[in-house]
Amino acid sequence: MSGVVAVIDYGMGNLHSVASALEHVGADKVLVTHDAELIRQADRVVFPGVGAIRDCMTEIRRLHCAQLLADALVEQHKPVLAICVGMQALMTHSEENDGVDCLDIIPGEVRYFGNPLVDDQQQRLKVPHMGWNEVRQCMPHPLWRDIPDMTRFYFVHSYYVDAVDRSLLAGSVQYGVSADAALARDNLFAVQFHPEKSHTAGLQLLRNFLEWNGQC
Amino acid sequence: MGLAKRIIPCLDVENGRVVKGVNFVDIRDAGDPVEIAIRYNQQGADEITFLDITASHEGRDTTVHTVEKIAEQVFIPLTVGGGIRAVEDIRTMLNAGADKVSINTAAIHNPELVREAAQRFGSQCIVVAIDAKRVDDVDGKPRWEIFTHGGRKPTGIDAVAWAVRMAELGAGEILLTSMDRDGTKNGFELGVTRAISDAVEIPVIASGGVGNLDHLVEGITIGGADAVLAASIFHFGEYSVPQAKRYMAEHGVEVRL
Repeated sequence: MSGVVAVIDYGMGNLHSVASALEHVGADKVLVTHDAELIRQADRVVFPGVGAIRDCMTEIRRLHCAQLLADALVEQHKPVLAICVGMQALMTHSEENDGVDCLDIIPGEVRYFGNPLVDDQQQRLKVPHMGWNEVRQCMPHPLWRDIPDMTRFYFVHSYYVDAVDRSLLAGSVQYGVSADAALARDNLFAVQFHPEKSHTAGLQLLRNFLEWNGQC
Repeated sequence: MGLAKRIIPCLDVENGRVVKGVNFVDIRDAGDPVEIAIRYNQQGADEITFLDITASHEGRDTTVHTVEKIAEQVFIPLTVGGGIRAVEDIRTMLNAGADKVSINTAAIHNPELVREAAQRFGSQCIVVAIDAKRVDDVDGKPRWEIFTHGGRKPTGIDAVAWAVRMAELGAGEILLTSMDRDGTKNGFELGVTRAISDAVEIPVIASGGVGNLDHLVEGITIGGADAVLAASIFHFGEYSVPQAKRYMAEHGVEVRL
């Protein structure tokens, strides 16, 4: 039983696909909401995000998402999944939009991929990092269940996460640099890629999230 | 190993049916867009592009409904284009479940739309579609110009310079279609693909003219594209997506198998 999944809606972009993917893999009920009470009552929380970080952070602060996340993570100890800009917003600071302070829930920086960006054969790499790339699993975790190491997930981002505490690294991706693809800490799992757009592997990760009790 | 080159089946949809014309005339019915999108999703397509070529307003409502139905069942990225004129149209398509929206003619009439859309929704969901035709200079140097109205109307705009400008305004990706090649099955126009791919930092999708699997390989290896888009070779069962991917992998292109 997945119970109720609250997808935090802070007004940035389309959350339809996250919600429909969660329903597809058997979520009992998915609420796309920023209502604090509904989020408190939910059994699990998804913190998504697309778009530019400054606008996201403006809305995140306006809707007091920091408190919602703190309640879910620390006080209620519920499983929380952060996706893409949702993951970036958890960090200390982002280089995007001339520098934006983020939530500092996980210490670390969100950095620009750089221009020019090249691979180890000095081939030029395009930015944004857009498409299917291999994720190296850096720790065993319930959310990786039934997903082979080096499975491809769908990414689309120009800035990448670089967490300070490397023991939190659950997955990494190579794109000119080694970027943090997934971070795990207690009942929080954060991914840079889009599981809701990553076909069978992404759906498996969401299924694992619905079955996760928040323990590592 | 690293980022895979993408294979993107394209659905050209008119009044709720998938069609594919040769040079945008002689349109042939290829079926129900929702069923076809589900089939490509199951086959392991990397993304799906849905181009609405319906002219009427009533038809546009059908499109929104079709996009919603696809988005409920297809968990790979979905790009929707055709008839996108304003920020409101983009919002409608994103709310219907599109991940990216492709802007074509409206960007030519109002380039600021690209900037506004990228700021509002993020560059990652703004694709600028460029329909280019070769119009060589008097000295024979290759040059490509943007055409509208299905390739009938020249704009005088240089395609490479335009791609650069669109990237500067915030486009996250370029969908480049050769109007000389579209529907011909003679392969991509590799010259313009290479020129634009080299000129911009953002990914380029090559489109127009795919007739066999070598064409897909060439789009990547010679054209320098990050993704290849094709319609009829997949719709009419000549090749499947897995077959195309295996062939590309055998020819040194990194793909998601």
